[in-house]
Amino acid sequence: MSFINYSSREINCKIVYYGPGLCGKTTNLQHIYNKTNPDLKGKMISLATETERTLFFDFLPLALGQIRGFKTRFHLYTVPGQVFYDASRKLILKGVDGVVFVADSQIERMEANLESMDNLRINLREQGYELEKIPFVVQYNKRDLPNAAPLDEMRRLLNPLGVPDFEARAQTGEGVFETLKAVAKGVLSDLKRLSR
Amino acid sequence: MMDSQLVLYEEDHRRILTVIGRLVREANAKGVFVVDKNGQLIGEAGEVRGIDSTSLASLTAGSIAATGGLAKIIGEEDFPIHFHQGVRDNLHITTVAKRMILVVIFDERSSLGLVRLRVKKAGTELDRIFEDVKKRAESEGATAASPFADITDDDIDNLFAD
Repeated sequence: MSFINYSSREINCKIVYYGPGLCGKTTNLQHIYNKTNPDLKGKMISLATETERTLFFDFLPLALGQIRGFKTRFHLYTVPGQVFYDASRKLILKGVDGVVFVADSQIERMEANLESMDNLRINLREQGYELEKIPFVVQYNKRDLPNAAPLDEMRRLLNPLGVPDFEARAQTGEGVFETLKAVAKGVLSDLKRLSR
Repeated sequence: MMDSQLVLYEEDHRRILTVIGRLVREANAKGVFVVDKNGQLIGEAGEVRGIDSTSLASLTAGSIAATGGLAKIIGEEDFPIHFHQGVRDNLHITTVAKRMILVVIFDERSSLGLVRLRVKKAGTELDRIFEDVKKRAESEGATAASPFADITDDDIDNLFAD
């Protein structure tokens, strides 16, 4: 749910990074944080366990610039990927404007990817959203690993809708900004569509 | 059910700031924030310089969401009042107008009793403001003039120009 503030001339949108445990959601946000001009970003918050697994969420506020005199601000969140944190994932999806699904390319994680995608669909539906109707992009992360599944197969399994998708290597930053731009663009286009 | 988009005009914002400015004075509080349940900061008043209000908004919403989940597990609808006691500063957090959160920061210059009393009054006033916002959104519906109705693909591309 975007928030338009005429007083401060700001528009705020919420983007959620979803995906199975250890797929690289937090790494995506860390890369964006590290590479963004300090004037354009706020503090990154990570609510993580002692072993640096996401416990509740990561949060990164980002300013993208102005559109028609309105500052566009994006709030990026990650969900905890581990299966048993489902209650937390549901909470974080509240009010979402756009979703990035980060898939782990390793062939042995394919089942976890599919399970997480199903879980995303179910949790969105509980909030009154349909995956087909919200701005949505898919990122195939860890493409550099030797055990990465063929891209065609990942596309077939994880992106039957044919939404924008990107190959990535979040640890080095490859594909990270392309993914962010695509989802932000989707959110803004959606705002335009809804305004008509 | 999905929330509708929140649109606040200057007049709404001014009304909110008037209520929370008064709450700061009447409750002897250090600062007051209004945050929506999705983590967006709506307004702030008082000695709030140096406080990372964006983070505060996101964490408050997370905390309210988590305790709301806990409430449901034990068969409660919600826990509408939260109090966190610190060594110097304390936080009093309440849900107002169903989708908003009112956060009051106070120290030894005030007391929990006083804050509670004043928050109750301010909460009623905020309920009224957000009820008006909601009614207007419903009556305007999809025909509301939005700054985003006329944006072009170029406008969006320009954001990502560099």
